[in-house]
Amino acid sequence: MAILRETESQKRRKKSNILLGAVLGGFVLLVFAITVAKMVDGNKMEAFDHVRRPSVEATQ
Amino acid sequence: MMDQPQQAEFDDYFALLKPRVMSLVVFTAAVGLLVAPVPVNPVIAFASILFVALGAGASGALNMWWDADIDQIMKRTQSRPVPSAKIAPKDAMIMGLWLSVISVGMLGLTANFFAAGLLAFTIFFYAVVYTMWLKRSTPQNIVIGGAAGAFPPMVGWAVATGGVSVESVLMFALIFMWTPPHFWALALFMNDDYTKAGVPMLPVTHGKRSTRKHILAYTILLVPVALVIAFTSIGGPVYFAVAVVMNAMFLRGAWHLFTRAEDAAEADNYASERSVFKLSLLYLALHFTALLAEAGLRAVDLNWAAWPQWI
Repeated sequence: MAILRETESQKRRKKSNILLGAVLGGFVLLVFAITVAKMVDGNKMEAFDHVRRPSVEATQ
Repeated sequence: MMDQPQQAEFDDYFALLKPRVMSLVVFTAAVGLLVAPVPVNPVIAFASILFVALGAGASGALNMWWDADIDQIMKRTQSRPVPSAKIAPKDAMIMGLWLSVISVGMLGLTANFFAAGLLAFTIFFYAVVYTMWLKRSTPQNIVIGGAAGAFPPMVGWAVATGGVSVESVLMFALIFMWTPPHFWALALFMNDDYTKAGVPMLPVTHGKRSTRKHILAYTILLVPVALVIAFTSIGGPVYFAVAVVMNAMFLRGAWHLFTRAEDAAEADNYASERSVFKLSLLYLALHFTALLAEAGLRAVDLNWAAWPQWI
């Protein structure tokens, strides 16, 4: 059965949840932006473990 | 359905991070980063400052967890989320610990692990050395605890350079020496609160006369630190001019507090003490703004070649 009217505390909780969601979403975007910035700066982006490592292969 | 009036909201968790302290940390850390001789990618710079701010917030949350009993007594801090029972002490602790881990880890990945280590040490110094140990045990609490507030520009410098240098140590020294006169001016007119809460601030343990002497002594020691920065690679004539004026004003204020009789102070409800406290805030803000201005002038090649650089 649908709840037609939210109580005051539900409204406030909803607001908190939305803000927390925005913070977490912002964090994801920030990490992505950092990744892009580091790639643009030419940092080594090779993974370390259980993957092909071109830099190691090149020396062999 | 039951209404829960004590449900913690987003704003309460935000207040747990001491946003006003955070804004000061953001400012000084940003100046430390921007005046450094190594340019930083703007995204990396922004993210790094954000993580430094988050680390400051973490130590604020840990401080509020540990100090909830004191905060409950002092008028200035009664409405903080833990003493006003909006957030359980344990939740404040968990939030503080997690934010410490996240901020230090992310700063290490974003900038470098030297800067991250310095941030970790800052959080440790504020939360453990100052809050848990010194604050309740010695009137020297803010002298040594002031180091925690002095680290952010060093962290900012470390983000850019990956290390420490004379300039970053001098920025540290500026805040470190400034903290005691700044806080003691506050303690003079907040004395009753500290007495009630049993915090051994200098006016509580050694009296107001002694506090006034200490304010003057530390201000005299602060002046050479503030002035010598003018003759390093981050200083210059603009900074020097600001420093001369602000130090003269701060010295004059400290001298005035020193010569002031206690009944005169009580008669006008510590008007001079309050104005010296306000002046001290302006003092620090203008010194760092002047450093930023010097960096801006250097960026557009407006150097004065004849300006002496000692260090």
